[in-house]
Amino acid sequence: MSDTILEARKINKNFNDPVKVKVLTDINFSIAKGEFVALTGKSGCGKSTLLYILSTMDTDYEGELLIDEISMVEKKEAELAKVRNEKIGFVFQFHYLLDEFTVLKNVMLPGLKLGAFSEKQVEARAMEKLKILDIDKLAMKKANQLSGGEKQRVAIARAIINDPDIIMGDEPTGNLDKKNSDIVFDLFKKLAEELKQTLLIVTHDQSFADRTHRIITMADGKIIKT
Amino acid sequence: MNIKLIASIAKSLLVARWKQTLVAAVGVTFSITMFIALLSFMAGLNELLDGIMLNRTPHVRLYNEVAASKMQPIQKAHSNQNSYDFIRSIKPKHKVLVLRNSKAIMTALRKDNRVSGVAPKIMTQVFYNVGAVDLMGTIDGIEVEQESKLFLYKDYVTAGNYLDLKNVANSIILGKGLADKLLADIGDNVQVTTSKGERVSLKVVGYFESGILELDKVHSNCSIETTQKLLGESNTYITDIQIKLKDMALAPQLSKEYSQLFEVEAIDIQAANAQFETGSSIRTLISYAVGVTLLIVAGFGIYNILNMMIYEKIESIAILKATGFSGSDVNAIFIIIALSIGIFGGALGLLFGFGLSAIIDQIPFLTASLPSLKTYPVSYNLKYYVIACLFSIVTTYFAGYFPARKASKVDPVIIIRGK
Repeated sequence: MSDTILEARKINKNFNDPVKVKVLTDINFSIAKGEFVALTGKSGCGKSTLLYILSTMDTDYEGELLIDEISMVEKKEAELAKVRNEKIGFVFQFHYLLDEFTVLKNVMLPGLKLGAFSEKQVEARAMEKLKILDIDKLAMKKANQLSGGEKQRVAIARAIINDPDIIMGDEPTGNLDKKNSDIVFDLFKKLAEELKQTLLIVTHDQSFADRTHRIITMADGKIIKT
Repeated sequence: MNIKLIASIAKSLLVARWKQTLVAAVGVTFSITMFIALLSFMAGLNELLDGIMLNRTPHVRLYNEVAASKMQPIQKAHSNQNSYDFIRSIKPKHKVLVLRNSKAIMTALRKDNRVSGVAPKIMTQVFYNVGAVDLMGTIDGIEVEQESKLFLYKDYVTAGNYLDLKNVANSIILGKGLADKLLADIGDNVQVTTSKGERVSLKVVGYFESGILELDKVHSNCSIETTQKLLGESNTYITDIQIKLKDMALAPQLSKEYSQLFEVEAIDIQAANAQFETGSSIRTLISYAVGVTLLIVAGFGIYNILNMMIYEKIESIAILKATGFSGSDVNAIFIIIALSIGIFGGALGLLFGFGLSAIIDQIPFLTASLPSLKTYPVSYNLKYYVIACLFSIVTTYFAGYFPARKASKVDPVIIIRGK
């Protein structure tokens, strides 16, 4: 395999309230650049919990997390925010677009935050991403005027605006009908195969998982198959 | 931190909730308006009330007083011995009230650069004769131009021309109450009897109203020269020297200094009129308290609206954080929202406050005791506008601080998973 982009070393997590429950036990795995990985398992097996730890948003765990071979333990909140901004793109079950902004501005926000390009350049890049996802016609619409499938595609565009090292998805097709699910899946596949984009998608949809390159299966807080 | 980006996000959140924003801003505008109007009005009133007494009171007054000698002759004789002298029934010796060497003292004072003006005065007691009745009263001999310059004398002369006191020989300006009692119109002559028993006829050239009714019933003014003539004294006779200082706070210190230097009695304005300052400072304190209360109430309004905005926008906050905005970015967004409400509302408040003060300034207010007053008194001191401006910014900052801190601590995981 080529160089690793994400590595989990002995990650353990407990929920302490109301009683101590072990949710994740000794999670060890790594993802290489360009892989299209599905993380599956039954409801409640801890896959979403793991994803939020991997995404650096949840910092309450034991063990070590490396993104791009840099440890995320001991990093401060603002530094983690910067890592998320630069290296990770998110697609959630719900789109979470900001209704106050146009589609284009929604996509541009993380890019503007990064500050690596001028506003004009970020705008051009956002249009380019929208074009890849075939929704460039919607650019000037307000986010709340779109359909569910369109919103999810905008969310994907937002996730890739900063050319992240890895895209993480939490049931990105969970809220969509079959047709839109297929569109979203095809987009992921296109990103993975044509643009060599690394993807880590949490899903309990087996048919979705089967079509990816690699499946990590979890049960009861443990990885049973990588 | 990218200020432009943060500000543009804050702006769209504000615009998206423009009705609530407007309500919050109107709250600030209202409180700043009232704050300014209230303080300007109160300050105007204070200046007026203080003016009645303080403007006419010299900061330091030099005079002589009938008093027992501090050093009795026997003490001088015994000054080197270890003994006590028991003296009973000491009486004040006859002492003329005239200030000796007054011309030289005034010249020296005028050269002192802490002094802004000096006006001589002769205080004397007289009887006003009207028919068979003698009314006791006082006449002050004044140098009318100096008196006007330093103590605004001309403001209190409500009828006649104050300069006639100097230009017309043997003239008098009567207190309004006294003129009514003497039934004297302008141009009439009044008879006065001096303390030495001489009877003199004086021509009435005007009335004054001091705002202190009892004073107006017994008091009148003549020129220095007329008063000297009245008393049969030479043209160096002066009983008081009134000093106006550049800085009133120096009065107690300078009063002691002059007393020793010129060997006269001296009294300062703080000792003479301590109660006036207390009154104005308490009035000012009350108006500040009311103004600040108004602002704090407006602050709670902003606090509520921001809190609601955060509840409504909690998902947006979560996604901003998930996509790389740090807690301090989110904090800055809400602080900017709060401050722009404060600055916008505050700026309007300053304008409306000025407008309201100007309106109050036009409302007629006539009172017998204050003849120079035609409308409600209003002060346009820039100080109140600066304070209001600072207060509006500080209150809105704090009103925004707590909601903003809450927003910055939003945990994106809980929000995103909670859906």
